[in-house]
Parts: sequence; structure tokens; C-alpha cells
Amino acid sequence: MACYSTRLRTRQTYSWVGKPLLNPKLHYHSYKEMSVKIEGGLTEIHIQVGQFVLIEGDDDENPYVAKLVELFEDDSEPHSKKRARVQWFIRFCEVPVSKRHLLGRKPAAQEIFWYDYPACNSNINAETIIGRVQVVALGPDEVIPMDLKNEETLFVKLSWNEKTFRPLSSELFTEFDKLRECSPRCQKPVGAKTKAIRSPSWTRAEHDIKRIESRHSTSKSRPTPSHPATPRAKKRLELSGFPRTPSTRISQQNSGALLDSPGRSKRKVALSEITSPTKRSQPDGLHTLSPAPKTPQKTGEIHSSCARNDKKASPDCQRILRTRVPALNTTEIIEERTLKPINGGWQSSVVLSMILTPKNIKKREAEEPEAQDETTSTPHRIRRKSSFLTLNRIRQQLRFLGNSKSNQEEDEFLPAAEISDSSSEEEETSTPPLRGRTSSRVSRDPSSSMKSSLQTPSKTPKKTPKPHTPRHATPQIRSRNLAAQEPASVLEEARLRLHVSAVPESLPCREQEFQNIYNFVESKLLDHTGGCMYISGVPGTGKTATVHEVIRCLQQAAKANDVPPFQYIEVNGMKLTEPHQVYVQILQKLTGQKATANHAAELLAKWFLTQRSSQETTVLLVDELDLLWTQKQDVMYNLFDWPTHKEARLVVLTIANTMDLPERIMMNRVSSRLGLTRMSFQPYTHSQLQQILISRLKNIKAFEDDAIQLVARKVAALSGDARRCLDICRRATEICEFSCRKPDSPGLVTIAHLLQAVDEMFSSSYITAIKNSSVLEQSFLRAILAEFRRSGLEEATFQQVYSQHVALCRMEGLPYPTMSETMAVCSNLGSCHLLLVEPSRNDLLLRVRLNVSQDDVLYALKE
Amino acid sequence: MILGTWDRVPGFQCIKMSSRKSKSNNVIHAEYLSQVQRILRERFCHQSPQSNLFGVQVQYKHLIELLKRTAIYGESNSVLIIGPRGSGKTMLINHALKELMEVEEVSENVLQVHLNGLLQINDKIALKEITRQLNLENVVGDKVFGSFAENLSFLLEALKKGDRSSSCPVIFILDEFDLFTHHKNQTLLYNLFDISQSAQTPLAVIGLTCRLDILELLEKRVKSRFSHRQIHLMNSFGFPQYLKIFKEQLSLPAEFPDKLFSEKWNENVQCLMEDRSVREVLQKHFNVSKNLRSLHMLLHSDRYEMLALNRVTTSHPFMTAADLMEANQLCSMDSKANIVHGLSVLEICLIIAMKHLNDIYEEEPFNFQMVYNEFQKFVQRKAHSVYNFEKPVVMKAFEHLQQLELIKPMERTSVNTQREYQLMKLLLDNTQIMNALQKYPNCPTDVRQWATSSLSWL
Repeated sequence: MACYSTRLRTRQTYSWVGKPLLNPKLHYHSYKEMSVKIEGGLTEIHIQVGQFVLIEGDDDENPYVAKLVELFEDDSEPHSKKRARVQWFIRFCEVPVSKRHLLGRKPAAQEIFWYDYPACNSNINAETIIGRVQVVALGPDEVIPMDLKNEETLFVKLSWNEKTFRPLSSELFTEFDKLRECSPRCQKPVGAKTKAIRSPSWTRAEHDIKRIESRHSTSKSRPTPSHPATPRAKKRLELSGFPRTPSTRISQQNSGALLDSPGRSKRKVALSEITSPTKRSQPDGLHTLSPAPKTPQKTGEIHSSCARNDKKASPDCQRILRTRVPALNTTEIIEERTLKPINGGWQSSVVLSMILTPKNIKKREAEEPEAQDETTSTPHRIRRKSSFLTLNRIRQQLRFLGNSKSNQEEDEFLPAAEISDSSSEEEETSTPPLRGRTSSRVSRDPSSSMKSSLQTPSKTPKKTPKPHTPRHATPQIRSRNLAAQEPASVLEEARLRLHVSAVPESLPCREQEFQNIYNFVESKLLDHTGGCMYISGVPGTGKTATVHEVIRCLQQAAKANDVPPFQYIEVNGMKLTEPHQVYVQILQKLTGQKATANHAAELLAKWFLTQRSSQETTVLLVDELDLLWTQKQDVMYNLFDWPTHKEARLVVLTIANTMDLPERIMMNRVSSRLGLTRMSFQPYTHSQLQQILISRLKNIKAFEDDAIQLVARKVAALSGDARRCLDICRRATEICEFSCRKPDSPGLVTIAHLLQAVDEMFSSSYITAIKNSSVLEQSFLRAILAEFRRSGLEEATFQQVYSQHVALCRMEGLPYPTMSETMAVCSNLGSCHLLLVEPSRNDLLLRVRLNVSQDDVLYALKE
Repeated sequence: MILGTWDRVPGFQCIKMSSRKSKSNNVIHAEYLSQVQRILRERFCHQSPQSNLFGVQVQYKHLIELLKRTAIYGESNSVLIIGPRGSGKTMLINHALKELMEVEEVSENVLQVHLNGLLQINDKIALKEITRQLNLENVVGDKVFGSFAENLSFLLEALKKGDRSSSCPVIFILDEFDLFTHHKNQTLLYNLFDISQSAQTPLAVIGLTCRLDILELLEKRVKSRFSHRQIHLMNSFGFPQYLKIFKEQLSLPAEFPDKLFSEKWNENVQCLMEDRSVREVLQKHFNVSKNLRSLHMLLHSDRYEMLALNRVTTSHPFMTAADLMEANQLCSMDSKANIVHGLSVLEICLIIAMKHLNDIYEEEPFNFQMVYNEFQKFVQRKAHSVYNFEKPVVMKAFEHLQQLELIKPMERTSVNTQREYQLMKLLLDNTQIMNALQKYPNCPTDVRQWATSSLSWL
């Protein structure tokens, strides 16, 4: 790349050319042209809107490339009043290193990319513009000319949106197209009256371009997006030194037209948005500007049609993007060659002619893509706050590339950009004299430009922040300020150890089961196969604890490389809201993905049924299996079906309470897949419970030996539930602590304490409740018994009981119980569920039953 | 006469003077009385933990120890407080929480979650409420979004992350615990109990219920995880204690502004307690129901009586036995008998006819036609005492009885059934009818006779 003159080397003065276009509704002037004078040198470069420019960047060798969209003066800015709006292009070296592979090929030296990243700020300081450059748009199937003599021509083939490289959308093509179509007008000498552009002239001009193109590149007539500025215009402009590029005017007038359409003020913002695709992100992010996401689908369609058209009408549709490089005049040669007399045919004013042109062309050349007017809407972009991040990222990337970069430059660049941002809200172009005509045109032309301009503001309203659950909320209970106290006394220590949650070092009395499960899982791991195992047993027999222990040991073994490493997943049927949620949980624990139940099922099926890269076995523990039962049993079916596939390498351990669950609730095809590897945990016997207690209370003398034996026997007789056993012991320590208040001698837990604890937990409360109920309640119960005895049934209506009750009360000398009182008594007993009563709307006819055995009631009422 | 009047002139002045004095007294009295009313009303109506606990010291001790262990040692626990309605379950837990929160090191380190089975009618709502009250990170403002499954896994994850020594203990108070057992699969209870039995965030799960058979409602897995601690509140006090409670509930506290007044008041309460008729009233009330809430109700309705009295005159500032008796009467009134008193003679006649039908057909249901026939028989015999109403009028009276729900149709009223033949049942007991008739004003003798026997004409 040649060296460009940058501001570092020569001081340049910037000045506006031409009359400012002032929109009274807006508070700034916009210009069509700017001249850059290099101090010392005599060269003066004129830059017009629509041209492609080089912009001072971090890297002297590769200045930023952009298309000038708008020039304006912003008075609100103290330092840099000259602002410009640009559509950025990005060089390959500016693409983050990590993303470069996405291109999939080696980039050409002069290839740049349309920067399709809305979050990038497009409002820059006009004084950072270095000069013009020529940019040629290439179709997706075109080859970038390698033998170009002109180094200053850059080629656009793809667009880059920070994620992917994409072929230039047809909208962009048409934008170039439109610019080119408008070019004839710009060829008009500034002073000369415009002549109507004739179609032949058009075609001729295009032919010329084509010719030039072919000379410049090896490619045959390939459809290249053409720049609106035709060579002749360029030449003239340069010669005259009074540059007035038609493209500039077009975009400006276009914008003017848009501006003048109804609902102006709002649309203005939208317009500035439209015309300013951004490249360099700036820290501020103009959020006043509306997000106007373009529909990619549409572009795609248009693009394809465009491509087709291109092929058909290759001679007409060459699209060349050209910008003059101001400082170096190498381009000039080409331009001169491309010179062609073009007759501006239209008599009407500049604006009108310009606007009509595309229409005419459309009519004449039906194949011409129609997206002209949409070009204005193409670059709708959202600018976000994230733009700053992007900027930084780009910077870092550049730095990473080792491109030398002067800090000074950066410093200059940044503040300017910031200033421009802050002023951007007010900036707008408007051309008062044009307004009347343009507005009429807009009304005549209901094309998409109108639509887009109208649509944009509607999309503008800022999203009201809807409250939604924070995406990355960490599930956490807040931690306590003060750490929990450690146990002080022997009894407290014992209580801690006796808590069910205390994990013992080993599980006594389950050695056999442990060994079986361990062997099963280990063999599957070693064989790299899958399998199912069904574990049953009543609650509190150590099923889950044993499996956990097995997994812990296996994990240790895996660490020691004794068994291959495996992934362990645990799901619990009780911790699901619905059986199908099991898929979601498994998927999340397996891959960290979140999905809906159905989707998760598909993903899991894919995961298990296809060859994976990692050959790790998965061990899945399904607790409370019976809750995964569904009508179709599809959940169970899948769980047991996956392990049967060779690729799955899935070991499923299932736990449930009932031994015959597979036979009882599973269909044949499900239970057959579950297989016959089953294990049942028997309830603990008293000696086992005793052993468990002793192992937990190792080295602590808190219990009498007899007491331990007693509780073991009691629980073994009741349920064999180890949890019960531990709970009773824990309660006994509390009672012990409570009863012997002597401070230093906490004492042993004796049989008496334990008996009291057992009593508290297992004694039926009915009898005490009856004993403690009021006199009327007791006599009502008696009346019920009497009525039952009379009728011989176990059920009576309230009325029957009431008459018995009245009689009883009379016998016992109690005052006459009114109906309301008796009803209150009855419902009171009913709420305790001593009685089972019907809802009270049946009044006298409600039926009453005892929830306790008659003997118990009699026993309780005896005293 | 004249002399007499003259004589009385100074006396009259005296009276006038004293009345002025008493007026200022009255003002003071009225002030105190309103204060008394405020204090007592707070005591009776609000379940303020300020009031004393009666006869539940052992249970209280158990509960507070348990809570302290959770709060200080981070020990997970679960307990059920079981007792009939009005036995002071909520008061007990409120007391305990209040005392717990007074400990400085505890109050900052404990989270509380209050749930009520009547409000959180399913696990989905309950989960959202728990998340909200714990103020986890997925709470937005005051709301919790997300699906049931998400919330459950989030909450479980949150509780799982904690450990005994470092995370904040959470005290779950589940009011109307029995209603939580009706939730699908008892998922919430399973998870709460499971966490309380595993080395995760320390939890104290406290359930309040009035159902004695609560353990049978728990699913076997849930039951196994529940620690089986139960605290029973059974109102296990006798009448002497009841009297003491009565006295304590009415006595003014020592910090009452006017010592003189409060002394007088308390003295009065003491007298009241020793009064025989008051004791009788209380005994009767005690017989019906032992719970303190009904005592409060008695006293409170009593307070209303007194309020009314106070407005008329401040000369009756203290409670009397009569007030209490009146209140008791209000409490133990038979509501249906009251309705019967307001019926017309025709309606009474119909009810008597129904009673006879019940006697004859042994509680079998009847229809309007049967009742009308029975009524006609009576009218024909005693035409002079009861006006012979036309059938539509009788029908109207019959329908009125139905509206008062003194009779109840056996089946749902449908359009097709003829109303005359719809089967009905009487919702009054014979004794009720007879008692009501005795008090019925201006009841014709014939009707009264007819009521005692359907065969009275023989």
C-alpha cells in the first residue's frame, strides 16, 4: 500500500465548499462538499458526499476506509465543528485475529469489507478525513483483480458483521448502482444547465466503465457495482477545482426528500441513522437513534435476484465503486480514460432529475434490480453502548497485530469522535429550497424509501426495559455473618454426628450391597459398555447413600487411573416438577445447555445414540424412579433404552422403594430394557442399627450401651429406618441435656431418656387429645359411641348423635346443649380429624364417623 | 311542700356541684376506659406475642431450643406443632421467633420464610413465595418470574450450595401444614425435609397443623425424611387454671398510667372471679370449649356490651356478672331457634306438620303436598283458630322456609320437577321445635296443642 498523506506529516486545512444547506427545523448546516488544503503543497482535495474516503486511523499504512454519507457543521461542538457521517469499510487486518479464519481464504491485498455492524459509531470528525479512495464492489463470484496497477483501488466483495463474512447484499449493490446511475448528473458541469440523460448515453457510459474494468482486471465482464461518479465527472471536477459529485447530491437530496416527508423531525433522526452505517465504535453510543434492524431475509432475496440480473445484463450492470484518492493522482489516469461524454438529458431541476433517474432506468431495464430506494434504508443500524467495547476490541486487535500506532493520533481521534457523538442528535441536512419539490416527489413515489423512512421512526421508540429474571442469577442463600458455633459439649458433638446429614466415613452394614453396585458400575466402565441397575428398598435403608459412596470410590479410582474416567449425573424424581423435566436436568448437567423438555429429549437422544468424540462413560443415578412414570412411559423407556446402544456408554442406576416396581407399573418393553440386574436393600436389623449408631458415636461416650440397643431394637421392630433411629437418638440427647441441668456433667443418655423420645415420636396423640378435650366434646364422643351401638353401624347423622347427646347431657346433669353449641363441638372434633365429618352445609344431615377406634375412645374416656 | 323545696335548694346546689365534679371525673374515667378497652382488645383480637403463654412452657422450651440450635449451630431440624384450633400454635411460634430474634447474633443471621397452606395452594405458588421471601437473585423487584421447573431447580440449587457453618439458616414456617400435604407428589415437603436431612443449607421446617393424623398424610418417603418431632398443644389445663387465665386476661398491666384506676379494676376482676354466677358462666363455657380463643370471644363480646354501657353512663365502668352472663347467652344461643321465633303462624304450622310427618314416616323425606295435606287436616279440625289459607299462599310460606334453610331439598332443584312433589327434609330437631314454640310469642293454643301431639284432636 502506498503511503497516504496523513495529518501527521502535513497540516491540512479543511473548509466547506458550497452553500450550506440549512434546515430551519434542524440546528445545523449540512454541506455537500469539503475541500482539504494541504499546507505547503498546492494540492487541494475536494471531497463530496457519497465518495469513498480514507480516514485517519491508528495505522498510517492502512487508514480506515469509509464512504462519506453526510457532511455537516455542528455548532454545539466547541472544537471540531466539522462533522461527517460515514459508512465504514473494514480492512482484513482490522478483523479480529480470532475471526479471520471465518473468511476461509486468503484475502486479497486490496480487499476491504463492508462493515455491517450497527453498533459502530458513524459520526466522525470531518477533519480526520485524509482523502479520497476508489472502491469497487465485486459480485460474489467475481475474482479480485490481482494485476491492478492502481494500488489505490480497493475492492469490496463481502460484508463483515463481526460474526460472519457475507456476500454483499443486493441492497448494497443497488446502492452502488444507484450512485452510478446518478452519476450522469454529476457529470454536468457545475454551471451548465442539465440535460436529460438519455438511455443510450447511459449504456454508453456503462460500456465505458466496463471497458475500463476489463482493462484493470483480468476478469471478463463481471458485474461490479459501479460508483455513481463516472470518470468524466471526476475529471471535470478535478479540473474545475469546483468539485460537486453527483453522488453527494443524490444522497443529500435523497435525504432531503426523506426529511421533507411528513413527520419530519422524527424522521430526520431516522435518516441520519439510515445514511450512516458505522464502522468505528465510539464510547458513547447514540441511543437516541433508533434501532432499525433490516430484515436479512429480504436482502437475501433481493440479492439473489440481483445476482441473476447481473448475469443477464452484465454489460449494463457493472457496478464500480470509486472514490478518488485525493493526494495521489494515480487514479486520475483511469478516470481520464473512462471519460465519456454523458448527456444529462433532463431539463428539470437537479433534484428532480436525479430522483427520476432510477425510475426511468427501471422502466427501461426491467431486469435492473429494484432496490434502489431501499439503499437508503439498508444501513439502518442501531448504535449501542457496546460500541465502545467493539472499539476497544478492534483497538486491541490492531495493537495485537503489531501495527505501529501513535498515541497522539489516537488521542486526537478519540475526543473528536466523542464530540461528534454528543452533537449528533442535532445534526441534519436539509435544503430549504429543495423542499417543495422533493416533497412532491416523495408523494409521487411510494417506493420503499418512503416506506423505510416512515417505518424507521416507528421502530424507533426505545424499548421500555421490561423486568425479567436476571439471566445469570446465581442460586445462593446469603451467607451468615457469624460462623456457626462448633459443638461444645459431648452431647452436642454426639448430636452433630447423629444428624442424618453427617456423612460417615464408611457405610456399615451395607458392604455387600456396596460391593455389588461397585462391581457392576466398574465392570461397565472397564468394558466401555452401558447397563441398567434397579435398586429397591424401603425408605431409610441407605440406598442413595450407598450409591453415593460407590460413586465417590469410583471417582477416586478414576483419579488414580484404575478405572476410566466417567461423568456422574444425578437426578431425583421428587425434585422434578414433571417427569419430562428429567431430560432438561440431564441435558443441563451433561452439557450445560438449557432446553425445553421435548428439545432436550431430542438432544439427549442424539447425544447418546451417535458416536461422540469423547469416549467417557456417563453414570446416571435416577432416584425415586416411580415418579417418572407417565401414561406412555416414554421417559422410563428412554432412560432404559439409551444404555442398550453401544455408543451411549451410559450406566443407569435407578432407585425406588418398591421391589416389584418393574412388574407393577412398567410396560413389558420398558421392564425388559431395565433388565434383571436388581438389588434390594432389606430394612436394617436391630444389630445393624446398633452397629450404625456405634460407628457414628465412635470415641464419644454419650449413650449407655443398653440405651443404644434399646433404640435399635425399637426401630428395627417398627420400620428399620435408619433415619428414625438417628432422630430418636438425637432427641434423646436433647431430653438428657434438658433434664440434667447440672452444668459440668452432661451425663449419659439413659434408657429413660430414649424411651421418652420414642414415646414422643411414636405415641398416638389421639388419646391425649381426647383426654384433654372439653366436657362437651367428650360427651359428644360418648354420644357417638352410643349411637353406633344403637344402630350397629359405624356411621351416624349429626341429628341422631345430637339426640343421644342431649340425653347424655341430661343424664350427667349438664346444661342442655343447644344445637349450635353441639355443631361447634362437632366441627371442632372434625377439624382435629378425631371425627370424620362431611362438609357442614348438610347441617343436621351430615354424617359422622370416628377416625379412632372405638376402643381407644372408650379407653381415653374411662378416666 | 314549699318548705321542702326550700330545704332542698342548698341540697340541689350540692348535687349540682357534685355532678360537675363527677363530670370531670367522668372525663378522666372515659379516658381510662378507652385505654382499658384498647389494651384488652389488643389482647383478645391480635395474636400479639406480648401476651403470656399459659401452660405450654415445656413445649415452648422445646421449640426455642430447637430454633436456637438451628440459628446458632446451623443444625437442620424439622418439627410439627400439632394442636386443635385455638390452642395457641401460632402464638407459640411467634413467641419463640420473637425471643430468638432478640438475640443479637441470631437476628442478623437467620432468614424466615412464612407460608400458609391456605395462601400457597400449590407448590408453584409456594416456590415463588419462598424465592421472594428469601430474596434470591432471580427476584425482580417484588416478583418472581420463570417457570415452575426453573424456580424449583433454582431454589434447590441455592439451598444445596450452602453448608452448615457458613450459610444463613432458614426457618420455614408452614401454617396449615396439612394443606401442603395435598400438593402434587408433596414435592415441596420432600425437598424441604430432604434438605433438612442432608448437609446443605441449615433449615428448620416448622409445620403448624390442627390435624392429629398429620403423619398419615405424609408420603412414605417424605415421612421418612421428617424427623418425627412433634409438639402437641392440647389445652391440658383444668378449670382452676382456666379461671386464672380469665383473671390474667382481664387484669390491667402494672404499667397502666393511673394506678388507682387499675387497682380498682383489678380488684373488680378479682371479685368477678369469685362471684358464683360468673364461675357458673365460665364453667359452662369451659365445658363447651377449652380453647382460649373462645374465652376471648366471650370476653370480647362482653367488652362490647360494656362499651355500650359506657357510652350511656360512666357510672358503670366495671364489668359485672350480668354482663358476662349476657355475653355467654349470646355465645351459646341457638341460631335456628331464633329464626323460628320470627316465623309467621302459618310457617310454624307447616313446620309442625313436617314434624308430625317425620314422626309418622320415621325421618323419611316429605314433599309439599304431604305437608299441605297434613296442614289441611289440622285446619279442617280447628277451622276457627287458623285461617284457611289458599294453596299458593301455603306454597309461598313453604318456599320461604326453604330459603331460610329450615328445610332442605334432597336433590338439586331442576326445572322438570314439580315443586309440590320435590322431596324435602326438615333441618330442625324435635326438641328445637318444641323449645322454640314455648318461647314463640302469641302462639295460638290449638297450634301449641297440635304440636305436642298429632292426635290431640282425638
